[in-house]
Amino acid sequence: MSEMLRVKNLKTHFDTRKGLVKAVDDISFSINKGEILGIVGESGAGKSITGFSLINLIDSPGEIVDGSILFNDRDLAHLSEDELSRIRGGEISMIFQDPQMSLNPVITIGKQLIETVTYHNPETSKQDAYKKAVEMLELVGMPAPEKRMASYPHQLSGGMKQRVVIAMALINSPKLLIADEPTTALDVTIQAQILFLMKKLTQEFGSSLILITHDIAVVAQMCDKIAVMYAGRIVEYGSNKDVLYNPKHPYTKGLIQCLPRLNEEKARLYQIPGVMPSLLALPVGCYFSDRCPYADEECKVYPETITLEGRLVSCHKVK
Amino acid sequence: MKFFENEIVAEFFEDKLAVAGVFIFIFFTFCALFPSLLSPQNPYDLEQLFLENSFKSPFGEFLLGADEQGRDILSAIMYGLRISLYVGIASTILSVFIGLIAGLVSGYFGGIIDTIIMRIADIQLSFPAILVALIIMALWGQGVTKIVIAITIVNWVYYARTARGVVLSEKEKDYAQSAKALGMNSVSIMVKEILPNIMAPIIVIATVRIANAIILEATLSFLGLGVPITEPSLGSLISNGYQVLFSGYWWGSVFPGVVLMLLVISINLIGDRLRDVMNPRLKR
Amino acid sequence: MSQSQMNILKIENIEKIFEIKVSAFKSKNLYALNKITLEVERGKTISVVGESGCGKTTLGKVVSGLYQAEKGTIKFHGQDIAHKKPLQRGLLQKDIQMIFQDPYSSLNSRKKVKDILEQPLKIHTKLNKADRMQAIEKTCADVGIDLGYLSRYPHQFSGGQRQRIAIARAIILNPELVIADEPISALDVSIQAQVLNLLMDLQEKLNLTYLFITHDISVVKHLSDYVAVMYLGEIVEYGTKEQIFSNPQHPYTKMLFLAVPDIDNPVLSEKVLETGEIPSPIDLPDGCYFAGRCPLADADCEKEHPPLLEKGDQYKVRCIKV
Repeated sequence: MSEMLRVKNLKTHFDTRKGLVKAVDDISFSINKGEILGIVGESGAGKSITGFSLINLIDSPGEIVDGSILFNDRDLAHLSEDELSRIRGGEISMIFQDPQMSLNPVITIGKQLIETVTYHNPETSKQDAYKKAVEMLELVGMPAPEKRMASYPHQLSGGMKQRVVIAMALINSPKLLIADEPTTALDVTIQAQILFLMKKLTQEFGSSLILITHDIAVVAQMCDKIAVMYAGRIVEYGSNKDVLYNPKHPYTKGLIQCLPRLNEEKARLYQIPGVMPSLLALPVGCYFSDRCPYADEECKVYPETITLEGRLVSCHKVK
Repeated sequence: MKFFENEIVAEFFEDKLAVAGVFIFIFFTFCALFPSLLSPQNPYDLEQLFLENSFKSPFGEFLLGADEQGRDILSAIMYGLRISLYVGIASTILSVFIGLIAGLVSGYFGGIIDTIIMRIADIQLSFPAILVALIIMALWGQGVTKIVIAITIVNWVYYARTARGVVLSEKEKDYAQSAKALGMNSVSIMVKEILPNIMAPIIVIATVRIANAIILEATLSFLGLGVPITEPSLGSLISNGYQVLFSGYWWGSVFPGVVLMLLVISINLIGDRLRDVMNPRLKR
Repeated sequence: MSQSQMNILKIENIEKIFEIKVSAFKSKNLYALNKITLEVERGKTISVVGESGCGKTTLGKVVSGLYQAEKGTIKFHGQDIAHKKPLQRGLLQKDIQMIFQDPYSSLNSRKKVKDILEQPLKIHTKLNKADRMQAIEKTCADVGIDLGYLSRYPHQFSGGQRQRIAIARAIILNPELVIADEPISALDVSIQAQVLNLLMDLQEKLNLTYLFITHDISVVKHLSDYVAVMYLGEIVEYGTKEQIFSNPQHPYTKMLFLAVPDIDNPVLSEKVLETGEIPSPIDLPDGCYFAGRCPLADADCEKEHPPLLEKGDQYKVRCIKV
């Protein structure tokens, strides 16, 4: 398996009026060709900012202040805006929760697909780009794809719009697709279809996929590797099997335990007490310590990351 | 100093220009409120006027010169500021009041009431503000109260539209629906729930439009249709001095003009800053 | 106690129709609720589950009075409230309260928490200021809200805390029925668990009856006694929690279970592709509304609209193939 992306000690900080917000604070992970990595966390954990940082969609007052994002021998964290804009939509695509963010409401979806092709491949003729667009629409399961080329986004349902967005993201056979909560706004039966589609297509195209979501059950279905984020840092990182079915970090354990299960009956759901700390008021030491059932004096120092049973975890209490 | 600890206030004062605007405005307001304290002369007291002072140049006995009747321009400006500010602020307060009621009723009840109020607003807006005010004043005659009312008639529309827009989006929100489900009647919901959410954008607009109202009054007075000669505002002072401007007696027009300009600029600086500061909060 | 004495809410043949403009001169009828019949037992939770367009939120709004039904009755305390607005329901309304989905818009950001909680008391009771304060304090204790919150504004709190405030507002009048419209969907997973537990505790403590509306069927198991599955304005399956979860019969319910990601069974099967798209609720077919997506459908299904049939012991299903 060849490594396609390696993130090392990435730090994205926001210098706001209220203080320094370390949205992403020293995270490292890698992804191989064809692999699906899930970045899981609750709101404020920093998973979306991680996604944005990979292709530097970070605006002032935010900035990537440290670390490297190695993509095929180039460090994305240090490329110019010009070079990055050639990579975005071409070698690396990103899709978002709200299809409106990617679709221009006043241009037909056909035209948008064609533009995506010709922007990155100027030598392609319009007819070839048109053919490619229709092919992609068919691949994403759009009924009557040729007719749909002339549709406007508002004429499509939410699920259909997201399919178009996926088509746009994959049309240039990217090496990496970053998906930020792509199905959160969709109905559950449509979500299942879109997820299946994403998994199938990324495999067919040989692309890697980074799936950012709060839904652990979704990453269980989709991902090979999982990184669990909490308050800007990764607390556990390893294979799907290890992290979800043999979790070591108390947060990961707690998160999985509080999921309501379809085939279990409990009088009360397990709940993690408290809330994730605000990034403006992080506790001293381990960020999870004030909610952790195992925390003690030792936890007043932020734990080192250790390798344990095949995965990386940051906790004093695991051995 | 709890006032300055307030988030919005603290952010407001971070901008140097806005602070400058506030100082200038406060200074002018002070002059307008207590002209007798600062002005060397009461220009409306005929006993203090001596024709021999007619058209004296500035930077001498009269800091900003004298007009044809020996009136001290500096004093006239201070008294004129009073009228200008009074008209600007009074008309704005009245138009906000009327506009809010119209916008709330229009947006909340919709239907035929909304159609009527908005069509009146549209018709009015299709005429330039100056024209409407001109017509009113030409028909009605001069007078401070009359011009306040005329400007109110011109300006209520802006507030009504803004208020209506906010009401339309707020009334569908869950907190308003929750109040409805509780059994609150429409008027209570409008006043207690929705109105507090409209105030932020209205305050921002009103602040800037005070300047607008002042200029409108100045323009009308300049044309002789605004305040009477006995209660001159900055506009009428400019007009007065304008007639002898090209004879070389420039101070009668220019100084009031500069003061008017500074007043408007200071208000705009305050309004702009207020809008920038309150903008993210408008989204809450 | 007979069944009818145990039921505090009796919804019968409720129809809610919206007029949708399809072109400049033509409007069509959208049957958001199509002859819904449901009974709610005191002290129990009935969950209404479905995807977008099924009518579950509309049902909640009709029961709470934000919408008025075109046809049908809703009996509450012996009176029919289906066509009455909240103001017209008078004292009855104090016993029906609602919790909304979005904790960010369900609390007026310009009001202090204390004012938000005091409002229902001011409208529906004649308590004086001191008594109101007492009621507020008791509710805060029940819900787990620190008294220090009262002088603050909603925007100073997290989503989970705001939802607690919304829950406090809903129970402060000691209502009989609480309609919860997707109360946890907008919250983080760890907070969802906290809020669900809180709702269950409150139900026990205050003998509340819940009409719990959600799209997330996995949440339903922990809280519900009865489950109604809705599709395009109709109930397609209804039963006790055990009946629905251990032996779902309607093809749509089965489809929902298939599509829900389950950490204990994380397989993404190709069968999900057969689940199709939710059709437009404006042009509904004559036969079964689900026929277009159903693996069991045949010519009979498209001919006649299937009725909701009772198949013993409170279980009902709307499918001729079952």
